Amino acid sequence: MTDSTIAPRPVPHRPGKPSPSPGGLAAAGLTVGYRTRSAWGRGARHPVLADLDLTARAGELTVLLGPNGTGKSTLLRTLCGLLPPLAGDVRVAGRDVAEETPAVLARRLAVVLTDRVDAGLLSARELVGLGRHPHTGFTGRLTAEDHRVVQWALEAVGAAALAHRPAAELSDGERQRVLTARALAQEPDVVLLDEPTAFLDVPSRVALTVLLRDLAREQGLTVVVSTHDLELALRVADAVWLVDRTSRVHTGAPEDLIVSGAVAAAFDAEHLAFDPLSGSFGLRRAARATVTVESPPHLGPLLERALAREGLTALPGPAGEEPRISADEHGDLTLRGDGAARTTRSFHELTRTVRTW
Amino acid sequence: MRAPIAAPPEPVPAVPVPAAPEPPDPVGPGRRRFAVFCVLAVGTAVLFVLTIAVGSYHVPIDEVLRVLSGGTPSDPRWAVIVEEVRLPRALTAAAVGAALAVAGVQMQTLFGNALADPFSLGVSSGASMGVAAVVVSTGGVAGSFTGGLAGLGRVGVILAASLGAGCVLALVLLLSRWVRSAVTLLVIGVMIGSAATAVVSVMLVYARPERAQQFVIWGLGSFSATTWPDLAVMLPVIGAGLVAALLTAKRLNALLLGEDYARTMGLNVRRSRDLALLGTSLLAGAATAFCGPVAFLGLAVPHLTRVALGTSDHRALVPASMLAGAFLALACALLSQPPGTDAVLPLNAITSLFGAPVVITFLIRSRRGLQGVTS
Repeated sequence: MTDSTIAPRPVPHRPGKPSPSPGGLAAAGLTVGYRTRSAWGRGARHPVLADLDLTARAGELTVLLGPNGTGKSTLLRTLCGLLPPLAGDVRVAGRDVAEETPAVLARRLAVVLTDRVDAGLLSARELVGLGRHPHTGFTGRLTAEDHRVVQWALEAVGAAALAHRPAAELSDGERQRVLTARALAQEPDVVLLDEPTAFLDVPSRVALTVLLRDLAREQGLTVVVSTHDLELALRVADAVWLVDRTSRVHTGAPEDLIVSGAVAAAFDAEHLAFDPLSGSFGLRRAARATVTVESPPHLGPLLERALAREGLTALPGPAGEEPRISADEHGDLTLRGDGAARTTRSFHELTRTVRTW
Repeated sequence: MRAPIAAPPEPVPAVPVPAAPEPPDPVGPGRRRFAVFCVLAVGTAVLFVLTIAVGSYHVPIDEVLRVLSGGTPSDPRWAVIVEEVRLPRALTAAAVGAALAVAGVQMQTLFGNALADPFSLGVSSGASMGVAAVVVSTGGVAGSFTGGLAGLGRVGVILAASLGAGCVLALVLLLSRWVRSAVTLLVIGVMIGSAATAVVSVMLVYARPERAQQFVIWGLGSFSATTWPDLAVMLPVIGAGLVAALLTAKRLNALLLGEDYARTMGLNVRRSRDLALLGTSLLAGAATAFCGPVAFLGLAVPHLTRVALGTSDHRALVPASMLAGAFLALACALLSQPPGTDAVLPLNAITSLFGAPVVITFLIRSRRGLQGVTS
């Protein structure tokens, strides 16, 4: 693991900005999409998502979920003002984004984009320092206050140790942390992140997602992040915006969307099924038979998984029913059926035996 | 025998900077930048004096310094040589070197492309087109090439060259919206450049033969063709372009992460791009109008300066590139007139001989980065 630990870590408090203004990010009647120019000079509108009413609250991690190609990036780019909305408005702390000057908006809202940046020869600290752009004067010189905010941002994402490393030599996970720190250095109220975990390994994903939640909670930031990491998002997010295949956007706590079936409707596929109880996805296999199992508690779920892969549904049952598989404390797995018994020593051996049984 | 003053100037500034990796010392980078600036400033001053001293007729250094400080040399001919020939040449080299280097810095940041510079993306060819248009339209004028230019007005030539440079730059910038790959854009720049060169050669068919020949010689590049009246036009234009670049360092920094990030950091991207476009056109146009399309200086100097400074921060990079550009251009001016001979080597032969290895090294070392965003 190249990145720092996953363990929750206290996020230092932002200097000089004690109370972020409440209100978060709100979109009303928002239609996002593209305009193309026709030969007559009239813009043809290509809406991707229409008539959205969305709210992301301060102090909450809001996760934008949806299958590929449903317009998540378009929505995020519109929310941060890079794309003009086709209709409706976006408000940050109650003020219309379209009516703010770019410099004022940059102090309220910062982004981490999917573009892979090539910053040339910049140290991580210099890269984070670029985020001070809306706060510095004409020459761009960083004051002591600016340096303090940069240091805070680096510490907030756990990247203080990377400060002197060249940005080009950072690992994917380290770079995303530094880019997040750059966004924080703008001292925004709202941070939007477009798939920040896309290139990361699993520990880095968890670390970054938990970090974003902590930032929201402890700094009172409004954090909106789009991701493909569904299970993690449903576990960590305070609120979810779920874009389904029909371009409808469902909002609520993860549990709300699981109960309403929206998650299953958006993501279930031929071989994938969402299990509302575990909050995770499983492989969908037609069960070809049932088998009775008995096992110590810690082996039960594993046995169930292994058998499910072979198309067998595991049911706990009273002794004597056959076919049955019993696991003992030593990890020996015994199959009984058709008057025969066979003991296997590993799950792999078991599944191979079951397949030819 | 001539005194061996002209020790072969090294193409790479002999900068005694500490080699990478940087120690985790917050004072380190600042101290390193200060050292680089000092070395470049001293080196540029030394080369400036050397460029004045060395040539087909050698002037002793102490006499050069005496003339430069307003004194009377022991031989009055030295005053004429220094004031009428050598000083304009040295000033031209320093100014054009700084101009091309800063134009290169701006273009590399603007395009987000390590291989952008006025020459590689055809901007110099566009400027040549402007100059050729002036040469052809004043085809009846006799006399030397610069004499012909004087007939139409030097301001006109700079304007024509800057306009040509600006047109090509705007075209390439427009194309760069669709072309994300650095190498593809470079190829497009080369194509545009050869198209502009083709237009030039067609135009030259209609020019008087001796003018056409002068144009070809001009195209080889030279710092020696400028006179004081030329400098009176060129230096203010280049000076304005350099000051504009210094003042837009903050904007260029914001563009380092790309236009989208720049916009979300509160930058008016369109205005910044227009400013950089205008400044680059003026710098490349003025440099090309008087010295011909000079290859590689604009490409290599920013890279060498970044490596020496250890940063892409434009607040250090722009002024350091000015010095490094002047330094290298003076070195090239020295090399183009090997001491002890009357031969004058084409400037572009020198810059290419030293610039090509830099580009090749860069390509080999950063192949991954140049493959574009899809990697």
